Amino acid sequence: MNKDIAGTTVDVNEEGYLTDMSQWNDSIAAAIATEEGIPSLTDKHREVLQYLRQKQSAGEALTIRSLGKSGVVTTKELYDLFPGGPLKKSSKIAGIPKPVGCI
Amino acid sequence: MSKHLLILGGGTAGTMMANHLQKRLPKVDWRISVVDRSDKHLYQPGFLFLPFGIYEEKTIIRQTVDFLPKNVEFVQAEVDKIEPETHSVALQDGRKLAYDLLIVATGCHTAPEETPGMLGPKWRDNIHDFYTLDGARALREKLAAWPGGRLVIHINEMPIKCPVAPLEFSFLSDTFFRKKGMRDKVNLTYVTPLSGAFTKPKASKKLSHLLGDKGIELVTDFTAEKIDQERNLLVCYDGREVPYDLLVTTPTNMGDAAIQRSALGDDLNFMPTHKHTLQSLQHPDVFVIGDATNLLASKAGSVAHFESETLADNIMRYLKGEPLKEEFDGHSNCFIESGNGKALLIDFSYEHEPHEGPFPFSFGPMRLLEESRINHWGKHAFRWVYWNILLKAWPLPGISRNKKAPINP
Repeated sequence: MNKDIAGTTVDVNEEGYLTDMSQWNDSIAAAIATEEGIPSLTDKHREVLQYLRQKQSAGEALTIRSLGKSGVVTTKELYDLFPGGPLKKSSKIAGIPKPVGCI
Repeated sequence: MSKHLLILGGGTAGTMMANHLQKRLPKVDWRISVVDRSDKHLYQPGFLFLPFGIYEEKTIIRQTVDFLPKNVEFVQAEVDKIEPETHSVALQDGRKLAYDLLIVATGCHTAPEETPGMLGPKWRDNIHDFYTLDGARALREKLAAWPGGRLVIHINEMPIKCPVAPLEFSFLSDTFFRKKGMRDKVNLTYVTPLSGAFTKPKASKKLSHLLGDKGIELVTDFTAEKIDQERNLLVCYDGREVPYDLLVTTPTNMGDAAIQRSALGDDLNFMPTHKHTLQSLQHPDVFVIGDATNLLASKAGSVAHFESETLADNIMRYLKGEPLKEEFDGHSNCFIESGNGKALLIDFSYEHEPHEGPFPFSFGPMRLLEESRINHWGKHAFRWVYWNILLKAWPLPGISRNKKAPINP
């Protein structure tokens, strides 16, 4: 389905995650962040988003562990940056699929 | 001199590959060896049932060699290192095995030491797991005498082997305590690092009611920073605390330590593997299968089974110098016990999320993503299928290596 985010029409799934990560840009990230209760994105937020997008492009699993070991943020900082659900929120704002289980 | 196919790991994937390739490699040219630290083959899906007294141990433990072809050599030893540059594997007893082709099927295991406070005086007292034979046994004794209280079922981090087993454990616990007439004395909570018990839209829409129906509380997005054994608390990085009287945890899963010693794995010791061909991304004469890979497919026996068919073909192609088939599609299939003598069945792949419809044929007899008694009987019949058909690498009727497109119900 389509959704207008920050003046751009993008493809999203039922839960509002972008289905084509190439449609993503910084203002889309900021708009989704606001929807997720994060009023402004800091440089630290953006570093996490870029890291996630790199991992996604490389086809690697997105895990709290790999982020915590990445040197970008500690796991505690990740929870501070994206309160309530660090992986589901950061992946949504980064324009990539949500990490899921098998069902 | 004949060539040597070396298989590391005599579990589900390694045993299937030995059976596939023994049938296909010319015997005059090739000999096959399987290395494993244990001489026992465990039916791991049975670990889920052991704590509830549904299965007995003798039905889930067999001898590894009984499932290997006669002319395959079994070496019981601990692997020290894989040395791809010299095409050899060093064993901890000092032996060195040269290979012409290597299959890594070393699986994964639980690593409770990865979480601060998980191991300690109360490990196997009021902190248990059911992913090991010892753990499942200890939990059986615990549950038999447990007076009730807060039972917390916990997944520490993804990926884990048999990813739905903790959810099945929750459902079976509800049935177990109701049958004992003490469900009112037990508070069940399911704690997951993911955003829900069901994370894919179709399954979530169809199945989310199951937790509420069974009175199971759900705690999501929870990454345990530590376990506080003194206060009996699971503690999240964001400060949330979940109290327990009995914790059934699924510790972090990691690939084999030999992969780490060989510097061939990622930060969880899983080996980088081509997602469609199953060739190692680093060394062309090394192939990887089952739980040992870093693939985003489930770590489950059905996945190893589907992979084994593609891998057997690809090894024959590799030996002929032909291009490998980019065929494996992440296909996974599994029964999910939902309690009360019923089960669900799911079928999915890298691209297709679990969906509804008949399975495996257009008339059924089973139906996907629906609770039924026939699925439950299918799950229990599967133990026989595993020992007698699957490990011997015989095909399963109606079930193909690649995921079939969904059939409209």
